[in-house]
Amino acid sequence: MNHKQPIVAALSAAALLLAGCAALPSAAELDKQALAVIKAGFRDQGIAKVDRVNQDLGQSACSSDQPPSEAVAQQVTAQAKASVKWPTGGQYIGDWREGEKIAQNGRGMTWTDSSTAAKDNGGSCYNCHQISKEEISYGTIGPSLYNYGKNRGVQDVTAATAQPIVEYTWTKIYNSKSYSACSNMPRFGHQGLLDEKQISHVMALLLDPRSPVNK
Amino acid sequence: MKFQTVLRAFAALSAALLLPPTALAQAKTAADGIAEYRKMLEDGNPADLFEAKGEELWKNKRGPKAASLERCDLGKGPGVVKGAFVELPRFFADTGRVQDLESRLVTCMETLQGFDGAAIAKTAFGRGEMANVTALATFVAASSRGLRFNLPQGHVEEQKNFEIGKRAFFFRGGPMDFSCASCHSADGQRIRLQDLPNLTKNPGDGVGFAAWPAYRVSNGQMWSMQLRLNDCYRQQRFPYPGFGSEVTVALGTYMGVNAKGAESIAPAIKR
Repeated sequence: MNHKQPIVAALSAAALLLAGCAALPSAAELDKQALAVIKAGFRDQGIAKVDRVNQDLGQSACSSDQPPSEAVAQQVTAQAKASVKWPTGGQYIGDWREGEKIAQNGRGMTWTDSSTAAKDNGGSCYNCHQISKEEISYGTIGPSLYNYGKNRGVQDVTAATAQPIVEYTWTKIYNSKSYSACSNMPRFGHQGLLDEKQISHVMALLLDPRSPVNK
Repeated sequence: MKFQTVLRAFAALSAALLLPPTALAQAKTAADGIAEYRKMLEDGNPADLFEAKGEELWKNKRGPKAASLERCDLGKGPGVVKGAFVELPRFFADTGRVQDLESRLVTCMETLQGFDGAAIAKTAFGRGEMANVTALATFVAASSRGLRFNLPQGHVEEQKNFEIGKRAFFFRGGPMDFSCASCHSADGQRIRLQDLPNLTKNPGDGVGFAAWPAYRVSNGQMWSMQLRLNDCYRQQRFPYPGFGSEVTVALGTYMGVNAKGAESIAPAIKR
């Protein structure tokens, strides 16, 4: 029994040596190892718990430099569409002034924030989009939303003719993956980042003809 | 005298930063402005103070073993500082893993000086021995100023680390579904007025990985690469990355290998 141990030790030493000049593991094996490294790399801090690295399909399907397969992308968009909840009493359009405040506010959900409640979050819209013409400090990751309603011919947000664009816009803000599986935009309604009242205010900023966006 | 120059430049810079955004835009783009501030502070970057502190920490006998770090092996042999920064992260046979500059410095503080490495890793940025690690990193980085990034990728662990870093870079998570790639995988994009380097390739001399550690004017702090990554993850709405964790080192390897040929300007001065 005892005489076997040095052999085992010698074998593991040889294995270690081999690992040094071994070939790279397969892509699938690297995926597995990367996931383990990511899971081990983080700890809870304030409101930001480690379960934030547990991915849903919409996240895991979009975690590579390659887009997902057509079939997976369709599954993601179908799940996203099914998640969308329409506003209570059909109140799609709120106050564009409140919407502007939400669009300006980039706070919320970091480990230095104290609450995960939607009321404590902004929409961070200007981080990535041009919106009103007055605000020149805007990001360019998303398309310009200046004249969003005007360009789409919205003259009366309550008119039946405006309903398709109203529903499209609500869906896009509520769950951006409804139309593009790997959209860069957060899923504001689905992830509870903004409540339906806040979303309705952002809707007004984009669609209300009185909003500076449509001037 | 030099410090007063720094303070004067600061006052000018703070005033410029306080201007309403419209006024700034009329004058110049944010990038132009920052380039101008950098020029203004060229011979008075407060990072110099951290660099000098780091050099002292490197040479002085410290810790339970009352030893200096002058025999520390940063990858180019014991005591070789110049050129080490632009070849990190790399594989170290003595620890059996790929290490970045900061985690390697902690290893040396542990083995040569007798400090408790795990305790340092748990210390908040800017405090106690962690502040010393940042100063040491600033000194080591400054010793490679003007050199070009050329991370070794000969060892299989280094290749593996790059592949893991690439996967971490594209890994989406958190309540906003962000990954590093959400902001750093295309050319010419901005968050508000802040230019975003494309870190999936060499983004240019002194940009991205080739600029940190850097002195941050907006909060008056010296930021190491580990703190830079830590704050990226905060803004990504991720949980808290462990200091020197494999995921952060792998990200460094991914960005560093991509930056091959980029000139290091670290320690830089940033907004």
